[in-house]
Amino acid sequence: MNHDLTAGLGLKPIHYQEALAASAGGLWFEVHPENYMADGGPRLTWLERMGARRPLSFHGVALSLAADADPDRGHLARLKDLVDRFKPALVSEHLAWSAWRGAYHPDLLPFPRTRQALTRIAANVHRAQDALGRPIAVENPSHYMPIDGHDWDEIDFLSELVRRTGCSLLLDVNNVFVSANNLRFSAEAYLDAFPGEHVAEIHLAGHAEDPDLGRALLIDSHSAPVADRVWALYERLVARIGPRPTLIERDDDIPAFAELMAERDRAHAVLTTCSRGVAA
Amino acid sequence: MSPLAAWQDAFAAGLRGAEHPLAAHPAFAVYRNTVWKGWIDALEANYPAIAALTGSDWTRAAAAAFAEIHAPSCPMLSLYGEGFADFLVEFPPAGLLPFLPDIARLDRGWTEAHLAADVPVLGFGSLAELDAGAMERTRCRLHPSARFAWFETTIPTLWLANRTDFEGGELLLDDRPEGLLLARPAESVEALVLDAAAFAFLDASRSGATLLDCAIAALATDPRAELGSLLGRLIGFGAFTDFIPIEPEPPHVPA
Ligand SMILES: [Fe+2]
Repeated sequence: MNHDLTAGLGLKPIHYQEALAASAGGLWFEVHPENYMADGGPRLTWLERMGARRPLSFHGVALSLAADADPDRGHLARLKDLVDRFKPALVSEHLAWSAWRGAYHPDLLPFPRTRQALTRIAANVHRAQDALGRPIAVENPSHYMPIDGHDWDEIDFLSELVRRTGCSLLLDVNNVFVSANNLRFSAEAYLDAFPGEHVAEIHLAGHAEDPDLGRALLIDSHSAPVADRVWALYERLVARIGPRPTLIERDDDIPAFAELMAERDRAHAVLTTCSRGVAA
Repeated sequence: MSPLAAWQDAFAAGLRGAEHPLAAHPAFAVYRNTVWKGWIDALEANYPAIAALTGSDWTRAAAAAFAEIHAPSCPMLSLYGEGFADFLVEFPPAGLLPFLPDIARLDRGWTEAHLAADVPVLGFGSLAELDAGAMERTRCRLHPSARFAWFETTIPTLWLANRTDFEGGELLLDDRPEGLLLARPAESVEALVLDAAAFAFLDASRSGATLLDCAIAALATDPRAELGSLLGRLIGFGAFTDFIPIEPEPPHVPA
């Protein structure tokens, strides 16, 4: 596994002191680098302190790899400055778009997986990797509605992206669960077909039912503990592909740090039990 | 235009309410809601005194109207909302509260101070090192986090009362001119209410004047100003980063 990373947590400003004092083995912290793109300020100071103690992961949301446009040069330059300064163990982005024609949309937006889109996204991943001087991992998004015009199925699309760019993949098990529910496919079949050798990181998160449509539309809200059925999918995945650095994502209704650590410890136990099994 | 770009234009227009077969799908609302919630949450968080004065509903409605015209260009959403004060000047529902744009300017000043570069502040030691005559050969460089403004009413006092991170404000708006200096000498942004002389001194520093000219500007505003304590207060607060010696101008040689 990447260095000694087992299970990590998103770094939340309200938990900063506890996170800094946490002593769990294999613990690491993930941040959105966009939140640190300032000239200075206390957040950067905190991140320096954390980076001196724990491995960091940069999980970008604004490269907009799937936009039919080059990644914004200024944004890429700021990202490179942060990567050079903090030397994160992992750097990832999304198979989605968010910045478009000068406007930043704080979401991960879908697109038809056409041949044209693949060419464009591969070029954008190349550009990002060349600028950063390192490979990135690309995450499978959550889907809420069917999109017409796909030439590729998502796993083939991601595999081809890996082949063309040398990037790795970030597999979000909750996103698979949510998408499988919303688009009516089998999450197990998707995960079983995912190219495990290219997975550099795994995400786990909680989801919510849509207030109007209920169970028919699950939302990747990061507002709840990881669901039992997502834990089951995770255990099945790790048993098949082996341990990978795993993040518990939580962005809303943030509970006490100890509660997040309990979920994180559960993922840590899955990873270490499994690696003992592999070694035996 | 490529098919992907055309598709993204249509999707982005749908996020802003345009009709489109894609946007007609009930689940499209998830994207629209997430995007608008992200924009509006950021603006409400970045203008806390506006939210404290007008309430969350009013602020979110104003934020939505602002976002409709000015979507963020930068993904660092803590910086989103430059221009919100000017927008409020023209925003009809703000007409009954004409002090809101100035309150928004101070919220914005706080954000800029909070995220400015980390630079050490000028210490009193440097003041002691200045010899006589240095006043006309030295400039004070403002700290990159320093933001200050002058108001014809007690906007600073009202603003301080509407920020949970400060004490000492009052929920009053008097016709008494007042200035405010915000700066972040260390981890947190600090506020200092300014009198006319202190504001004049800072304003002259901002335009690159020598210490002597800053002092003259302060005294021109208030002949009774105590310059020693004024400069001591500003240095102690962390308004400056260093003294910059100015080379004497070479004598003018007629051509
Ligand atoms: Fe994720």
